[in-house]
Amino acid sequence: MNMGGRVLGLHLGLLVVLFALQFVLPAYHHGNIARIMVLASYAVGYNILFGYTGLLSLGHALFFAAGMYGMGLTIQHAGFTPAPALIVGIVAGSLVAGGLALLALRTAGVAFMIVTLMFAQAGYLTILYFGEYTRGDEGFVIQQAQRVLWGIDLSDPTARYFAAWGLFSVCFLLSLWLVQSRFGRTLIAIRENEERVRMLGYDTYAHKLGAMVVSGTISAAAGAFYGLLFGYAGATFGSVQYSIFPLLWVLLGGAGTVLGPFVGTLFMFYLIDLSSGVTSAYMLIAGVALVALTLFAPQGLTGEVRRRLWKGLP
Amino acid sequence: MLLKVRGLSKSFDGLQAVTDVDFDLPQGEVRALIGPNGAGKTTLVGMICGRISPTSGTVTFDGEDITRLPAHKRIMKGMAYTFQITSIFPRLPVKENVALAARRRLHGNAVGTATAEALGRVGLEAQADEDAGNLSYGHQRLLEIAMGLVQVPRLLILDEPTQGLSEGEIDAFKALIRALAGETTILLIEHNMKVVMETADTVSVLNFGEMLAEGTPQQIHENADVQAAYLGTG
Ligand SMILES: Nc1ncnc2c1ncn2[C@@H]1O[C@H](COP(=O)(O)OP(=O)(O)OP(=O)(O)O)[C@@H](O)[C@H]1O
Ligand SMILES: [Mg+2]
Repeated sequence: MNMGGRVLGLHLGLLVVLFALQFVLPAYHHGNIARIMVLASYAVGYNILFGYTGLLSLGHALFFAAGMYGMGLTIQHAGFTPAPALIVGIVAGSLVAGGLALLALRTAGVAFMIVTLMFAQAGYLTILYFGEYTRGDEGFVIQQAQRVLWGIDLSDPTARYFAAWGLFSVCFLLSLWLVQSRFGRTLIAIRENEERVRMLGYDTYAHKLGAMVVSGTISAAAGAFYGLLFGYAGATFGSVQYSIFPLLWVLLGGAGTVLGPFVGTLFMFYLIDLSSGVTSAYMLIAGVALVALTLFAPQGLTGEVRRRLWKGLP
Repeated sequence: MLLKVRGLSKSFDGLQAVTDVDFDLPQGEVRALIGPNGAGKTTLVGMICGRISPTSGTVTFDGEDITRLPAHKRIMKGMAYTFQITSIFPRLPVKENVALAARRRLHGNAVGTATAEALGRVGLEAQADEDAGNLSYGHQRLLEIAMGLVQVPRLLILDEPTQGLSEGEIDAFKALIRALAGETTILLIEHNMKVVMETADTVSVLNFGEMLAEGTPQQIHENADVQAAYLGTG
């Protein structure tokens, strides 16, 4: 098989395994993997901007929350059904990402981190401020009856797993295609040497703007699905913690690799899950493991595989 | 006239790097731009290709005033620029470095073909799959040139391309420029006088940010002012 075929085989293989797993997993892990697939979709979105374009955002919770609340509020207060509500959430995320990009891309480096952080914090405070509708920190539950999409009850574990798998598959394959496209290769080049890209005749600003919109849209889709599949929207998802998570997942899994976001999300989820079963000081164990990984696999798990075994893995 | 520069000046916080330069470059000519260190050569071509915004003056390319145009649009109009300080994508394969430049004008299979051809012209075809950062310094310079060539520019600006090249590589470079002459208009910043004498149709001399002299390589070679500028007695 040629290189492209092997790459495609590996990535499709993961989707096949995830699809098949649901028939064999015990209920507990079944639920976990569904959750991980939605969160990994969020990480996939984050990776487009951070891993491939080299822009470190500390404000992605804004996009995740835009998706979640765009979906949740229209169901809760406008009586929307899930399909249009999901679309509202995703479109809301795109618009917020585009708007923030116009402001934040005037800056670079640390200033970019701070601007994205500040705007996400403003978004978080906005959620709290409109507590009458959003119920603030407490959040609101999306009832089972409101979660029926085309006759499918998304609160049912099997349906939920399928929906999570579908979302993840779309985001994952989109990112696999994107990073090998003309546009994606230009993003990678911007990450490596922006001034050079500009002097090759590319509008780097427009490319970074596009990357931020794609990244924010995928993040918003993950936020919208998360709220719908797990029946809850709350301000925590707009807090700084939820901006840091995708950064950690991507770093651990391998920034700038297509598989990295999933690997990192899976790893961290089970790391915390397993260590909290052993001791109440589980954050310490998780912390030590993270430090060890950054020391011994600074490019993340998939990044390490690429470095040692499979150069050219996208 | 492909390129016309009028009254171009640049000062960096009070330091006058380029002062009121007029400069014409006809289509098809190979022009060398020489001058002592710090004379303002890189600054001048930076203003021509849009990397540096001028304090005053205008740049006209192919009859169009491009003074306000951002760099990437100037490149799309047919300029290509190679950096004095090597600026490549060290962690990407050599051929991807060139392909990135090729993709500005080509699509599909044509990108690969043009990339291979450009690498062949500078003699780097064997290194196509290596990471660019693993190349020797001289080879990185050649890669820069390949990235310029593959754009098939109407104006190719080379900022000290032979710096750090071996004798053999410099000979190959001279042959390359001679092969390009006629196809492409070239503005070549060069310290190596042998390269200038053997490749340039005309020479412009910049000194302390001002245009000191212009003429054939022979005239410049014999010009007393130029000799003084280079010997530092002027
Ligand atoms: N970005 C900058 N900020 C401040 N001063 C600068 C800047 N770029 C160049 N200069 C100054 O402007 C003058 C001209 O520099 P320039 O690089 O254009 O010269 P050059 O002719 O290319 O020299 P060399 O042969 O050493 O490459 C120098 O005194 C330099 O220190
Ligand atoms: Mg210079």
